Amino acid sequence: MSRYIRRAAALCAVLLVALLANATRVQIFESSRYEANPANRRQTIARYGQARGDILVDGLAVTGSRDAGGMFRYERTYKDGPLYAPVTGFASQVYGTTLLENARDAVLAGTDPLLEPLVPLWNEVTRSRNPGGNVVTTLNGAAQRAAYRRLAGRTGAVAALEPSTGRILALVSTPSYDPAELSGSKESVTRAWTRLNADAARPMLNRAIRQTYPPGSTFKVVTAAAALEAGVVRDLDAPTASEDPYRLPGTTTRLSNEVHGCEDASLRYAFEWSCNTVFAKLGVRVGLKNMTGTAANFGFNNRKLNIPFSVAPSTFDRKLDKAQLAMSSIGQFDTRATPLQMAMIAAAVAGGGSVKEPYLVDRTTTRAGETVSVTEPRTLHQAMSAATAAQLREMMTDVVEQGTGRNAAIPGVTVGGKTGTAQHGVGNSAKPYAWFISWAQPYDALEPAVAVAVVVEDAAGRRGEVSGGGDAAPIAKAVMEAVLASRPGGKSGRR
Amino acid sequence: MIQPGMPGPRTATPAAADAPVPALRLPRRRGIELLLIVVAVLLCVYGYCAVGLAKHGAVPPGTARYGAGLGVLALLAHCAVRLRAPYADPLLLPIAVLLNGVGLVLIYRLDLETPGDRAAPAQLYWSTVGVALFIGVVLLLRHHRVLQRYTYVCVVAALALLILPIFFPAVNGARLWVQIAGFSIQPGEFAKVLLAVFFAGYLAANRQALAFAGRRVGRLQLPTGRVLGPVVAIWLVSVGVLVLERDLGTSLLFFGLFVVLLYVATGRTGWIAVGLLLAVLGAFAVGRVEPHVHGRVADWLHPFASIEAGQGPGQLAQSLFAFAAGGVLGTGLGLGHSILIGFAVKSDFILATAGEELGLAGLSALFLLYALLVERGYRAGLALRDPFGRLLAIGLASIVALQVFVIAGGVTGLIPLTGMAMPFLAQGGSSVVTNWIIVALLIRISDSARGQYDGTATP
Repeated sequence: MSRYIRRAAALCAVLLVALLANATRVQIFESSRYEANPANRRQTIARYGQARGDILVDGLAVTGSRDAGGMFRYERTYKDGPLYAPVTGFASQVYGTTLLENARDAVLAGTDPLLEPLVPLWNEVTRSRNPGGNVVTTLNGAAQRAAYRRLAGRTGAVAALEPSTGRILALVSTPSYDPAELSGSKESVTRAWTRLNADAARPMLNRAIRQTYPPGSTFKVVTAAAALEAGVVRDLDAPTASEDPYRLPGTTTRLSNEVHGCEDASLRYAFEWSCNTVFAKLGVRVGLKNMTGTAANFGFNNRKLNIPFSVAPSTFDRKLDKAQLAMSSIGQFDTRATPLQMAMIAAAVAGGGSVKEPYLVDRTTTRAGETVSVTEPRTLHQAMSAATAAQLREMMTDVVEQGTGRNAAIPGVTVGGKTGTAQHGVGNSAKPYAWFISWAQPYDALEPAVAVAVVVEDAAGRRGEVSGGGDAAPIAKAVMEAVLASRPGGKSGRR
Repeated sequence: MIQPGMPGPRTATPAAADAPVPALRLPRRRGIELLLIVVAVLLCVYGYCAVGLAKHGAVPPGTARYGAGLGVLALLAHCAVRLRAPYADPLLLPIAVLLNGVGLVLIYRLDLETPGDRAAPAQLYWSTVGVALFIGVVLLLRHHRVLQRYTYVCVVAALALLILPIFFPAVNGARLWVQIAGFSIQPGEFAKVLLAVFFAGYLAANRQALAFAGRRVGRLQLPTGRVLGPVVAIWLVSVGVLVLERDLGTSLLFFGLFVVLLYVATGRTGWIAVGLLLAVLGAFAVGRVEPHVHGRVADWLHPFASIEAGQGPGQLAQSLFAFAAGGVLGTGLGLGHSILIGFAVKSDFILATAGEELGLAGLSALFLLYALLVERGYRAGLALRDPFGRLLAIGLASIVALQVFVIAGGVTGLIPLTGMAMPFLAQGGSSVVTNWIIVALLIRISDSARGQYDGTATP
């Protein structure tokens, strides 16, 4: 019997070896595959098991982390949440991440391979994760605050750029929301989410980059550039052979102006006083091909713009009859632009015709502050020749010095601007949007310091060009002043 | 350990060379047992503290009570062994204490994640009952051979216990429980021990007939129908239990137990072949008619199918995730997320928590503890002379071995999952009590095995 007992014991030993071998398979060889399975929530738990890295403005964190206990331990906190929400987005255990929190999530969560310590496999041995890195933004806190403060109580957006680089200095959308309400996994998060989504004012809509508006007369900068580039207009001061009112080609619709003196007006006069008739006819004379080409060079119809989160494409239709082309050329019909796109147009004029790729992340660093990556400025297109840009600068300067944009003038600084009032709604019944795009260059500076686009959806009362200057221009002025005031030593606009 | 008949260390000393040859006396080793028990209790208290420190940064408030409770239970059991089974194997009791203590730590640790459903106090209560029964068996059962008289009483009682749950409502799809006065008892657990006694008694009495009587067909020796009858009856009962109560684990255990004992008793390899054939046939038939069993097999073959179907991970997938997350050294007690397994995390899937938080290292240690327990049982069986005692020891040890294999293999994806309790570790009163009785019987048998040359042990 003893022999068989030993054999039975050997069988038990075989079972034990099978168990150990299988445990080894699961715990060592299959381990990483199982851990990477998207249904395995341990990754998510681990990601919230440590404090997230921060998003910095002017060197100071505008985000933070709070240990809330529970399965997803660290919850995001925000300083001035509504102010920076169009930049930071939110980081929610329930609803995921958006905007910078999303686009630079790997750095913030510490999973970016660039954050790995110098000793390879160190994390494998210690089972530790890299602490979340920081994202240093290009924002100018003063400009951001100025824009937000001036927009407060109204619906609108501001985008400000540094023309020479494309650095985004301000990105504001109102009404805003506090992303802190969405962080964590409390029940109040679900309630806030439902409330914010149901809100008719759409506080979570990032109007500066995700909402497109008819740009109205601010689009005349593009039409003027196209006309100059195509040689349709050679002398800014020559009469343009324009009727007033202008009958749209192939229709009986007559386009008129809010101001007088537009008949046969020069390009300079038409730009300064925003003659619809002149620009509508110019657009037709430039032709669809040249108009779409110039618009595309400024950034229209670009679906790939990332700052590093995606920007809604601004559109200029490629298929238009002449009447539509005429209306599109004054920023109506199907022409739509984001405030960021309009800021890029202003920046291109100020910066000698070149359109820089706008960007929000200056660099990323480790938790300790060591630089991990730096964003290099990139040129998207040369939208127009330097000579054309100089002519447009002249005309935009005139708008601020003696035209519709006088509210944006700043002493000691060259300011160029263009007002706009965009009609929209069925039969243009809705209250028009007030636009203002501008740039500023101190007399002593070699480069322009800032380009701004402002849109106010609920502009005060009066219709017409004046409201762009009246509602939007003061906001642009405040933003430009804030940027200029923060220039070190009053020299170059670059920080 | 020292084999009976081998010279012990004391006889080997030169100083004793010219002294009169002393009676061959095995060292009792009760001191070693006590020392190991103290180590086991301290390890468990350490684990308890580690959970508290990891979860709350402080030693849990109940540490003293937990340590004292476990310590007192272990000491009482030790005193009973010292008193009535002085030659018993010194490893059995410490292993049981350590496994039971680790189980309590793991359940306490999981309780922290489910504040509304605390299982550790009940488990401690049942452990106390188990130790009390352990002491009762050690004190009252004077010799294992007494049990042989009750061979047929045991099988009747076992069958009655197995059939009992059919009259009670199903819990989670299986009819395994009997609810009496707020307590939930799993009679199948107790039936295991009774069946082991029956098998040992029956086979010890009929092993010659099984091995040598009957007709010969080719190389296979067929037994007579009179002897074969009970074999087929037990097989049918085990499959019947499965079908009626949806308890794949217990039927597998009974069947494996029976085949192992039949093989040991008769030495006929043919029995193993016949047993496996019957098992395959039975499993196939049941797999066809029982969707419950069929689902388990499908889960085993494709543990991540539900994820691909967009329904999220199933229990087995969650269990595999937990083991994988543990890696070699584990996350540390209290720092894993095996609670994601959800239902049955404290019972059938308790090993996943061990695997995640103690790692492959801790899991291997647990497996080796079980292996040691089994090995000690087999060793006691080898050392005994009487066939009944031998078969009973092998049977009890095999229950532990098979149960560990079936459930550990199930939760790690080695074999299809069957609901069973990891001996001592898992939440479950009936299981803890039964396992303490098994250890008590092994203590009794090993006392006989080691004390049989002494003359002082009860013959």
